[in-house]
Amino acid sequence: MMIARFRQMGTLLGLLLIVLFFTIQLPDTFLTARNLINVSQQISMLAVVAFAMTVVMVMGDFDLSVGSMASLAGIVAAVLFALGYPLWIGVAAALAVGMLGGLLNGLLVAVVGILPFVATLGTLTIFSGLAFFVSGGRTIFGRDIPASFSGFARSGVPLDGIGLTGLKLPFLSISALVVLAITWVLLEQTTYGRRLYAIGGNREAARLAGVQVTRLRSSAFVLTGIGAAIAGLMYASRVASANPTQGAGLMLDAIAAVFLGMTMGKEGEPRVLATLVGVLILGILDNGLTQMNVDSYVREMLIGAIVLVAVATSSYRRSH
Amino acid sequence: MLASEDRGNPLEDDKRVPLEFAGLSKRYGPATVLDDVTLRLGPGRVHALMGENGAGKSTFIKLLAGVVPADAMTVWKDGHEVQLRSAADATAAGFRFIHQELNTIPQLSVAENILLGQDMPLRLGLVNWTELARRAKQALAALGVEHINVTRHAGALGTGDRMLIKIASALVSHDGETPPCLYVFDEPTAALNEAESEKLFAVIARLKEQGAAILYVSHRMEEVMRVCDDVTVLRNGRHVMSAKLAETSREAIILAMTGRDIANGFPARITHPGTDIVCELRDVSSATLSKLNFTLARGEVLGIAGLAGSGQTELLRLFLGLEKQTGGTARFEDADLPSSPSEAWSRGVAYVPQERRSEGLMMHMNVRLNTLLPHYTGWRARRSRENIRTVELSRRVHLKAEGPEQPVWQLSGGNQQKVVFARALGSIPRLLLLDEPTRGVDVGAKFEIYKLVRELSEQGCGVIMSSTDLPELLGMCDRILILSEGVQHAIVDPDGMASSDLLQMFYAADRLVMA
Repeated sequence: MMIARFRQMGTLLGLLLIVLFFTIQLPDTFLTARNLINVSQQISMLAVVAFAMTVVMVMGDFDLSVGSMASLAGIVAAVLFALGYPLWIGVAAALAVGMLGGLLNGLLVAVVGILPFVATLGTLTIFSGLAFFVSGGRTIFGRDIPASFSGFARSGVPLDGIGLTGLKLPFLSISALVVLAITWVLLEQTTYGRRLYAIGGNREAARLAGVQVTRLRSSAFVLTGIGAAIAGLMYASRVASANPTQGAGLMLDAIAAVFLGMTMGKEGEPRVLATLVGVLILGILDNGLTQMNVDSYVREMLIGAIVLVAVATSSYRRSH
Repeated sequence: MLASEDRGNPLEDDKRVPLEFAGLSKRYGPATVLDDVTLRLGPGRVHALMGENGAGKSTFIKLLAGVVPADAMTVWKDGHEVQLRSAADATAAGFRFIHQELNTIPQLSVAENILLGQDMPLRLGLVNWTELARRAKQALAALGVEHINVTRHAGALGTGDRMLIKIASALVSHDGETPPCLYVFDEPTAALNEAESEKLFAVIARLKEQGAAILYVSHRMEEVMRVCDDVTVLRNGRHVMSAKLAETSREAIILAMTGRDIANGFPARITHPGTDIVCELRDVSSATLSKLNFTLARGEVLGIAGLAGSGQTELLRLFLGLEKQTGGTARFEDADLPSSPSEAWSRGVAYVPQERRSEGLMMHMNVRLNTLLPHYTGWRARRSRENIRTVELSRRVHLKAEGPEQPVWQLSGGNQQKVVFARALGSIPRLLLLDEPTRGVDVGAKFEIYKLVRELSEQGCGVIMSSTDLPELLGMCDRILILSEGVQHAIVDPDGMASSDLLQMFYAADRLVMA
């Protein structure tokens, strides 16, 4: 019992050690309110994608197309802004694209029966091509992007009230928290979530016990698609522009975050709060190493190695 | 080297003790699963290992196989101490295991499955398929099995044939290895019909003649009394009895296993089935079934019998919408048959599938989710209410578990089956479909399951039960439907019938269909 508890908490302990390391290495800049708020904003897009990814990974599935979906959603919104449509139409269209793309993934996986890896690899390419096609391969920026859209990412809730004068909790961070709350309720507090976990446990047994596997799997991919689209909008708002490749890096990090989180599950299952720990580990490492002027290529190698060590330790302990 | 044994040892007089497993102990956290158990096996003798669920039989075998490290264990073979630290050590010592799970690889051919883990015969650096097939055939022939085509995919075979493949695989002689000196059979007949079991017994007799020691784990008393020479009983991880079978009795063994007196029988029916009809089939056919004609009254228990793979599972799945009806008329509670498992559960059909691990349970999920899954309604899931409901259902099936949060893989086979039954009880079922409901379940748990089925039928639930355990069918059913190659051959009244009568009918039916 104690050992199991410790194994589950190992990843959390790792996070604390990382924080401790940077606090010692960067005594003046790391553990400050300003930097932590900055981290929360930096990781908010990755967090949203990783939470959305958790929904399909609960069923033992994958969605490799989230990154290109995020790019596509950002492009669709920006193109509509450039054509003079109001803010809400651009946002709604981007979310609709996320929904439709997710539905396509869901149908390919759950109805046609293609392995998620292959199906979403295919749609990854399609979405990416579509993003280039719609935008003509250009970055859309400047006056085409309404100030109200890019302003969202730059503002936040003032924290003067709790003694942090001049600091704001960015709306992007708040958005990620809202998505976290919604995903947590969905997975942990609803019958829908229970059924998704059952599908992940044993799809055939779940079907024989009356779970509508095809329908639920499709719907979960739709949710992931919408999550990816939200992240794409957040990204476009943050950089006040949209280009067809800006979401590309999100997919691998999101999967890595879920895997890091899965090392904390009692039976190695994904949990959205554990995914948050995974996101924090990746985000804080990135922030701290950048501040220490570690080369970005070295940073990538370090992050890859840390993910492998965490997952390897967890699965080794589980099988011995 | 022998400690004095006061619990009675059938082999005390044997000067040559080739195999001794002494002082086996194993703890998992706070739970002691095995406590100082000693077992001696003689050459050319079949030794039964018996005990209820959770008595420690599975752990005992895992320690012998070297797959789980023992806290304490000394193994003597021909007077030499043997270390069992890994599965390879066990194989090197000449131990062979035939496990109850049919872990054949469905995508590979029968021959490849039989020779799995061996060096493949090569010709010019490529696999020599002719030689591979020859070796596989040879292994099957040693079992007296000739009807299996070794080039077919293992997945295309029935359960019985797959078990024969696993046995053949264990018998294959490994080049340059210690010849096998111990065969461990773990519930080998759980998935076999009587004809296949007979073949297995013949194989065991052959191995015995060759002087191997055999450890035979089974819940089926008839079988043990027939096949085995000695018996050892475990209870709660302790060694409670070892005896020659000729010198003990069925009652003494059951008493040792359970620690209480249970009549080895079936709970008697108190009321008679009603006249209201639960379901009615007229000339119903599907892709694999035809000429199904029967009605099921409320409270009636209808048995489905036949040789393995005669369409029993498909018949049950008609009521889940998984086997599509192609002809005839079928009614379930004055409506068409359900078109999906989800519709079936919501209309009061409960299903206990045949393969507990692959079709019944989410092994890594907890007792709560496994029990309540078909019964979730609305959108809100409240853990506290779910726990109350789970505890209540677990209590009704006498489940031994730490609580609703325990993952089901940690439970013994019989307790896992009780979780599947707790699920079936979750909504008061109007039709209960049972496919091999007591496979791999011990005497005590079996009796509890029979009592549950009886209770439900007395509350008016119609029961359709498929089983290869013929005494079980005869003891529990009001009528028995005999299937042969998917065709309904007869419906018989089991009153006064013996297993052999029923078996005769299977073969008669089979000949009829063949003709």
